[in-house]
Amino acid sequence: MNYLPKSLAMGFVLATFAASSVFAAGTHPVTGEALADDQTFTYSLLDEFTTADPQMVEDVSGSYFVRDLFEGLMNQDADGNLIPGVATGYTTNEAKDVYTFTLRDNARWSDGNQVTAHDFVYAWRRLADPATASPYSWFADIMALENVGAVLSGESPPEALGIRALDNLTLEVRLTASLPYFAAMTTHASTFPSPQWTVKTFGDDWTKPGKIVGNGAYVLTEHIPNETATRERNSLYWNNDATIIDKVVTLVINDENTDFTRWQAGETDKGAVPSGQYPRLKAEYPDEAISFPRLCTYYYTFNLSPSGQEALQDVRVRQALSYALDRSVVTDKVLQGGQIQAFTFTPGATAGFEVPAVAFGQMTQDERNAKAKELMAEAGYGPDNPLSVEVMYNTSEGHKKIAIAVQQMWKETLGVEATLANQEWKTFLKTRGGQNFDIARGGWCGDYNEASTFLDLLTTPSGYNDGKFSNAEVDELMSSARTMSDATDNYTRVEEILANEMPVIPVYHYTGVFMLRNNLKGWPFNNVEQNVYSRDLYKVAD
Amino acid sequence: MRCFFLSGTILGDIFLSSIWDMLNYIIKRIGIAIPTLLILIVVTFYLMHSAPGGPFTSEKPLPAQVLANIEAKYGLDQPIWRQMTTYLWGILTEFDFGPSYKYHSRTVNEIIGQGFPITLKYGFWSFIVAIGVGIPLGAIAAIRKNTWIDYFAVGISIGAQVLPNFVMAPLLIIVFTLWLGWLPGGGWHGGDWQYLVMPVIALSTSYMASIARITRSSMLEVLNANYIRTARAKGLPTKTIFFRHVFKPSLLPVISYLGPAFVGLITGSVLIDIFFSTGGMGYFFVNAAFNRDYAVMMGITILVGSLTILFSLIVDLLYAWIDPKIRY
Repeated sequence: MNYLPKSLAMGFVLATFAASSVFAAGTHPVTGEALADDQTFTYSLLDEFTTADPQMVEDVSGSYFVRDLFEGLMNQDADGNLIPGVATGYTTNEAKDVYTFTLRDNARWSDGNQVTAHDFVYAWRRLADPATASPYSWFADIMALENVGAVLSGESPPEALGIRALDNLTLEVRLTASLPYFAAMTTHASTFPSPQWTVKTFGDDWTKPGKIVGNGAYVLTEHIPNETATRERNSLYWNNDATIIDKVVTLVINDENTDFTRWQAGETDKGAVPSGQYPRLKAEYPDEAISFPRLCTYYYTFNLSPSGQEALQDVRVRQALSYALDRSVVTDKVLQGGQIQAFTFTPGATAGFEVPAVAFGQMTQDERNAKAKELMAEAGYGPDNPLSVEVMYNTSEGHKKIAIAVQQMWKETLGVEATLANQEWKTFLKTRGGQNFDIARGGWCGDYNEASTFLDLLTTPSGYNDGKFSNAEVDELMSSARTMSDATDNYTRVEEILANEMPVIPVYHYTGVFMLRNNLKGWPFNNVEQNVYSRDLYKVAD
Repeated sequence: MRCFFLSGTILGDIFLSSIWDMLNYIIKRIGIAIPTLLILIVVTFYLMHSAPGGPFTSEKPLPAQVLANIEAKYGLDQPIWRQMTTYLWGILTEFDFGPSYKYHSRTVNEIIGQGFPITLKYGFWSFIVAIGVGIPLGAIAAIRKNTWIDYFAVGISIGAQVLPNFVMAPLLIIVFTLWLGWLPGGGWHGGDWQYLVMPVIALSTSYMASIARITRSSMLEVLNANYIRTARAKGLPTKTIFFRHVFKPSLLPVISYLGPAFVGLITGSVLIDIFFSTGGMGYFFVNAAFNRDYAVMMGITILVGSLTILFSLIVDLLYAWIDPKIRY
């Protein structure tokens, strides 16, 4: 007699349990997908992040922490479009040199204080203040804030900077130049607000767990340098209800092979693809081995300064070397990570940039090789008088493989005797910066999603122009592009000049490759800057 | 009675003079250690600064004004001799090894304070395992010379020696984490045993192999000595011969190896830190050199230098204890 009621009771308990777990897991409010119970996102970092201080951060991994722990005026969506952050919107004058941001009234710091315009004023002054000595204070300079030069040099106090709070929720920024894309720059981590009271109380220690106060979707709860860091949901974040991932765990794994093994073992949701293994892993894990275009260009630069080799001052030699470099060998045989062949300095993935049909990019490799031989002969080099050059790169197996391939291509097609030289990273930078090279390897990633972040590098005044290329028309076009609302024509023309003058050999545009667990959704693959916000991610039920 | 007292006083005198000699020796060694350490600091400081590039050299060079602000903050705009004296003064007066230039909110004291205990723990256990396995393995091989036991022991030690830890470490992770799922693939978690096993195996094997080989060859030499033959001829049991007459003298070469080995083990292995994400000091040290993180590099150099000097002194004292022929 008792049997039936017992089993019924058990069934009831089980049904209740099942119902409650479905309730706990829930569904995604937009896509309706069933969500996993455990919303912990674990990812690996190849190297420890430098800091979680918005005004001091300089590395990509540190910026990701800052985006989770703090929130700036504007955010980016999964496609990289500008969306409101702490600011609900902004207005600008016709000259586009005064911006006024309106802040939301429900934004809170993790200690309960309201986020006000004063917090941004404090943070931006802190960024430019020589006493802070931020390695990213130059960002304040490229934002063209009024008086930034004088503040950076210590001639004027930080209070002179062109930013002020009109009231608690209105922020006015004054610029010395017309910057149509200024609002987009406020998605950069160094422009995020800082809590003055916390910084004052704890000094350099303010970003440590237990002390740090942020206004982002997460708070830092644990940090063991070089091992792990944990950030957990900030219940005071204004949009906390829309956040799905509860906890983000970072594991520092310095070796990419170990990193991949630990991903395979299920320890992480996002892990590394060991170099050269992308094709194999793509075949083995078609949905989880990811490759997507990034805003970065790999190139070789010619030394065009007076200390440079005479032969390389001849544009025909530079063109010949560029033409004879078969990009497809580098991307398809050496790297095999879905990289894109480069014939322009700016990657095609850059917003508002259309890859111009530069002539040599339209040819087949055979045509390029034939043209290269012709040019080389015209310049007076051939089997009897072979050109000798030195190719310098920073010590790395990857760069070495590419350099060897290039050396072979030049040898076979043009008879060029290229010797390879490598130096440890900082020594290499010193050598390249001092123009003590013939041809040197370079890699450039955009700071923001606009072509000028690439093309400015090849202007005469640029501090990054290690080859010392100088062309008056390029300088003029880039200078006038600053104030244009649409500078596409200028950028196209600059790329055409670069294809003719060939101060650099663009080799390929980078791709990002990593392993990403199938059940982790919301990764912003279309955001070429890879500005990831953990609050946009979610895990679906298996 | 009189005779007894006399001999007691003489023994006491000998003991006291021996202690006095030893103290004298220790003080003398410390006296030498201080200038040695100073020379190490000066040479490292100059070498470090003469390496091209600086802590703030990067792919995207900083504008001159920004670089000047940063250098002023860290005192890098001062002449080298002043930077060095300021640095030394900070250590002597406040035991302050300076800030890290790379990790902005961290000091060298914090980095060493976090990394050294980790390295010390896995290094210490590796040392225990290396001795605990290496010495018996070498001893058994020597006693059972030219038998299968000897060949087996020699085989193991050669195998362990030729398998470098950068091969061993990923192999261990593949076997114990990926295939068997017994151990976590890395991390530290305060040094829980699960996180300790693989680093200790990977780090200790080559040391264990060296200890086994040294023990075997030195024990074979002692076993062939005349006084051992005499002991055998006297009819002493093998156990007594081994523990009383063979064991102690055979350890002399092992001990001279153990001093530097111990320092090597407890001051960090960059490979262990890289493969097992232990967060130990080895990785910080190597990384500091690449990053030109001057203060971190100096701090760890001073620590490693001091430990090397300390343990070579301890080894010398142990030597004298084992071999009475050695005098201070």
